[in-house]
Amino acid sequence: MSDIRHLIVDQIPHLRRYARALVGDRAQADDLVQDCLERAWSRMHLWTVGTNIRAWLFTILHNLHLNAARKQRNTPGLVPLETGTADPPVRPTQEDGLAVKNMWQAFSSLPEPQRAAILLITVEEMSYEDAAAVLGIPVGTLMSRIHRGRERLRALMGDAKDEGSESGT
Amino acid sequence: MTATSGAVRKFDLHAFVDGQLDTERRRAVAAYLGENPEAARRVAAYQRQKKALRALLDPVLDETLPRGLRAPRPVRRMVHVAWAAAAAILLVVGCVVGWQLRSIVQGDGLQESDVAEQAAIAHAVFTSQSRHPVEVKADEEAHLVSWLSNVLGAPLRAPHLAPLGYSLVGGRLLSSTDGPAAQFMYEDASKHRLTLYVVNNARWRGKAEFQFAEDRGVSVFYWIEGTLGYALTGEIARPELLTVANAVYKQLER
Repeated sequence: MSDIRHLIVDQIPHLRRYARALVGDRAQADDLVQDCLERAWSRMHLWTVGTNIRAWLFTILHNLHLNAARKQRNTPGLVPLETGTADPPVRPTQEDGLAVKNMWQAFSSLPEPQRAAILLITVEEMSYEDAAAVLGIPVGTLMSRIHRGRERLRALMGDAKDEGSESGT
Repeated sequence: MTATSGAVRKFDLHAFVDGQLDTERRRAVAAYLGENPEAARRVAAYQRQKKALRALLDPVLDETLPRGLRAPRPVRRMVHVAWAAAAAILLVVGCVVGWQLRSIVQGDGLQESDVAEQAAIAHAVFTSQSRHPVEVKADEEAHLVSWLSNVLGAPLRAPHLAPLGYSLVGGRLLSSTDGPAAQFMYEDASKHRLTLYVVNNARWRGKAEFQFAEDRGVSVFYWIEGTLGYALTGEIARPELLTVANAVYKQLER
């Protein structure tokens, strides 16, 4: 049984990475991870041994994030935070340079569902099935989000400009 | 045209980038890319995106975890201290009847190390909380104790540790591999926190344990009394924790 706790602890850096990219603000992201760990800890008995603990934890994190965002939207008098942030989550090194910073700005401008899909697939390297399960959507919907997000990024980064009439379908 | 008929569709390009194609399909897509510069450019752009995002975000993995998240790896190496336990028992138990030192590791379903591990993690998670360290605060102690007693199905008590400088913060209900668990939290004047973790398991009846474990500065004394397993956890040195464990034990056996 101690295995599950090791497995959870091993995922903390990954949960932080995802949360940071999703909400932008470091402290806010860590609060989200903290909430996720508390929830996981108190519901450990609900996790089925042998199933994917990573997907389970990310699902908890994602749902907490959605709930928090919903609550924030429903709170009168508070302006919802803009999604994403102009500042990269980690200071780019010299050699990363401008391209990386631009990339972050472009990425931050994507709608959140697309950002979440792209993060789970490209950064966390989840299978399409796991990522769809985490987000609670069919795989087809996930693929559409990935496609739209990547095409949008391509346009924003100027990678699609030479292609004339080629639309991003 | 289906995905298996050989036609390469837009989602195949993503799956190619994401390494989510089987060998045969990957070859087909690679061949297609060789003949379609536009698709190849698209794939190259996706790959650049991926690389840039990883460059931006991977450093988060190497950051030192903030204190609140540094749930210690559960006490990994249980220190089975037969001799020390014997001494500790003399100290703690005094003349208590019915306290038997048994072989600690006989796989008798005691799973005492599980209790210590779960207690250590719960300790790390909740003592680091400043706003909501407990579910029910000490000003509702009677309610807290009767509530947790009801859930655990055993009469519990929150020991009073004021003479040792620790006051009750409150407590909460947790789940554990042995069913519901109770956590009482204490705090001294300098905000050092101790937790007493309690689980109830009928299989433990007639067993006696007293052990100490330590991992990365977190010390745990745990013992079994009747059907209840207790774990006292703190980020303090062992002798100091033992003094508290002694007090807790004396109060609980009454």
